[in-house]
Amino acid sequence: MREQPSEKRIQNFDSVPYGYTKEEVIQEARRCIQCEGGPCETHCPVSMNIKKMIREIVRGRFEEAFFTMKKDNPVPGITGRVCPQESQCEGVCPFHQTKNGINIGKLEAFVADWAMERGIKEEFHIKEKPQKIAVIGSGPAGISCAVDLRKWGYKVTLFEALHKAGGVLQYGIPEFRLPKKVVDYEVSYLSEVGVDVRLNTFVGQNITFEELRRDYDAVFIGTGAGAPLFLRIAGEELKGVYSANEFLIRVNLMKSYRFLEYDTPIVCGKRVGVIGAGNVAMDAARCARRLGAEEVHIIYRRTQKESPAREEEIQHALEEGVWLKELVSPKKAEGSSEGWLEELELYRMKLTEADQSGRPRPVKIEDSEFRMELNTLIEALGTTPNRLFLNRASELEVNQRQLIEVDENMKTNIEGIYAGGDAIRGNATVILALGDGRKAAQAIHEYLSEES
Amino acid sequence: MNHPIVKKKKLNHLNYLIRVKAPQVAERFQAGQFVIIRMHEKGERIPLTVAEVNKKEETITLVFQVVGKSTLELSSMKAGEALLNVVGPLGNPTKIKKIGRVICVGGGTGIACIYPIIKAMGRAGNEVTSVIGAQTASLLILEDEIKKASHQTFVATDDGSRGYHGFVTDILKRLIHESTAKEIGEVILIGPAPMMKVGAEVTRPYGIKTLASLNTIMVDGTGMCGGCRVFVNGEMSLTCIDGPEFDAHEVNFDEVIRRLDMFKEKEKLALENYKKKEKNHENRWKKGSHEGTAF
Repeated sequence: MREQPSEKRIQNFDSVPYGYTKEEVIQEARRCIQCEGGPCETHCPVSMNIKKMIREIVRGRFEEAFFTMKKDNPVPGITGRVCPQESQCEGVCPFHQTKNGINIGKLEAFVADWAMERGIKEEFHIKEKPQKIAVIGSGPAGISCAVDLRKWGYKVTLFEALHKAGGVLQYGIPEFRLPKKVVDYEVSYLSEVGVDVRLNTFVGQNITFEELRRDYDAVFIGTGAGAPLFLRIAGEELKGVYSANEFLIRVNLMKSYRFLEYDTPIVCGKRVGVIGAGNVAMDAARCARRLGAEEVHIIYRRTQKESPAREEEIQHALEEGVWLKELVSPKKAEGSSEGWLEELELYRMKLTEADQSGRPRPVKIEDSEFRMELNTLIEALGTTPNRLFLNRASELEVNQRQLIEVDENMKTNIEGIYAGGDAIRGNATVILALGDGRKAAQAIHEYLSEES
Repeated sequence: MNHPIVKKKKLNHLNYLIRVKAPQVAERFQAGQFVIIRMHEKGERIPLTVAEVNKKEETITLVFQVVGKSTLELSSMKAGEALLNVVGPLGNPTKIKKIGRVICVGGGTGIACIYPIIKAMGRAGNEVTSVIGAQTASLLILEDEIKKASHQTFVATDDGSRGYHGFVTDILKRLIHESTAKEIGEVILIGPAPMMKVGAEVTRPYGIKTLASLNTIMVDGTGMCGGCRVFVNGEMSLTCIDGPEFDAHEVNFDEVIRRLDMFKEKEKLALENYKKKEKNHENRWKKGSHEGTAF
């Protein structure tokens, strides 16, 4: 796949891959040998009919390829870009062993974009049903649940606390990885099929969970894991210290990278540290480079090998001049008398036997402290479900990590209440959230069909 | 959904009042809560104080001070125009119950914020003493409304142009001296952070329960960004979902004050840029009408 050269792309927020041309996409699709059993399909969390999609692409029948995808995946333009294909479909492609797996994600994105440019959409006749369903959260889980339920004719109301629908797709993932045009297009589909999208409505605060239980026949909770975690070290109150959430919300949702045209400011220094090495850390680091930071360091207590980020994201970050500082862990931050971050003190770490996550456990090396000069520090330690919602829906059973407990049908401990996505998984992926939403929709459909 | 401005009033050269249609907020607002608005597609999310709601008319009254580009632009909006979004009510309401005697201290635009609390405290059967202040007489807002809602009202200005010459916290100190600590059930402070910091120190030696409503920088207001984090009794709290009111004796005000100017340079830039653009716009308009080509 052709990409913007790294020296050019750090000057803009445009998509890094250029996308295939018609000729290129067909050429790539032709490489597929249509394996018996389709391991790519069995390893797709939403069991997309990938082989058929590829066959249609080979024949140049993009419209058919599009509808093939759409049958199982409501947002192929998004998953084609942000799925961890290397550990799903592409990871089991026989060509993957030679690092030359079929580029399924990019095929998917091409077809979705092709359909978007031509305004080709699924049309279906909705046979209205009387039951009303509330979906909380308009991220990937909520989107897929809402669309499916609406197709079956239910009256679906989707509640979103922010001013734009899309959840993490909107506020979290940067433009250069997932163009907002694609997100807006997919989200606009919700209203088109008749989902009542209520923006600026914070469930638990502006409308109670009890009201939803009373006024709707079923509820799906797709509230994600939107609350940032902090290290809880000294100096986190300093100016220049952000949660990755705040940094990315300012950049992506509020478009502060176009400050002055857009009103929301962001302050990004010349020397930036990003704590953590997951996809969100890579996103924040790459945004910082684009905002003009000269030195950006990923600060990670393990090594690149253990990083939970996608290989592609790490490579992109390194290409863009992001440094990876391995085996270090922050001790405290220090600042100027005006309260601006100036320095971070860190420990050096070493790896010992594997912990519960199966990764080697990092431990501090005594007396190994050293200092780094920094003027911006971004904490990308992962996120946790919003405690306000959970506090106000206290009957919901949650586990120790505050994740909502569900059974195999995504049903919570409360009759008629279902949940999915990061609200039950913690920091997982877009595609798993889509799968959850879809599964919950099916369960809700069965539940309401039995009832009537 | 758009939120038309049904009324706009200039309170003084810095403070404005707008009444906005916002049925959802009007229905559920309780004293102590706030809203976040966005003027247009490119706008910031601006947290604002709600001074009053009218459930029947489905309106909320917002009072704000012009401090930067966004508030200057908001002050230029007219009745009939509309805000793009209003989300709220956000934050926890003030705990309103019968306590006995309550002192409500409001400084600057904080007076608008404390106004509904004064009314609610009064309705709950408390004896409410209000202390309000501003830099100078012309900047004092809602004086009549506060007087009407309170059992006793004291006014202070920094320059002595109205009421007591000095700070609201001086009056608070005097009120405490004049009574026994037991008599004062609660003190609520709303205003600039330095004022609340001093207020907290005034009541601390007497162990009077004191609340401060913080006005930290925030983006989403739903607990997602962590930008509004404050340290209360050494523990990190979020102003948007844990506050905005906290025990004033436990808040680290120095940190709150320091964090407030994090975006100062950028805000200055935005303000200058906006003023320049407005001026150009005005000039073009004038030039156009002179030449008779504008219409």
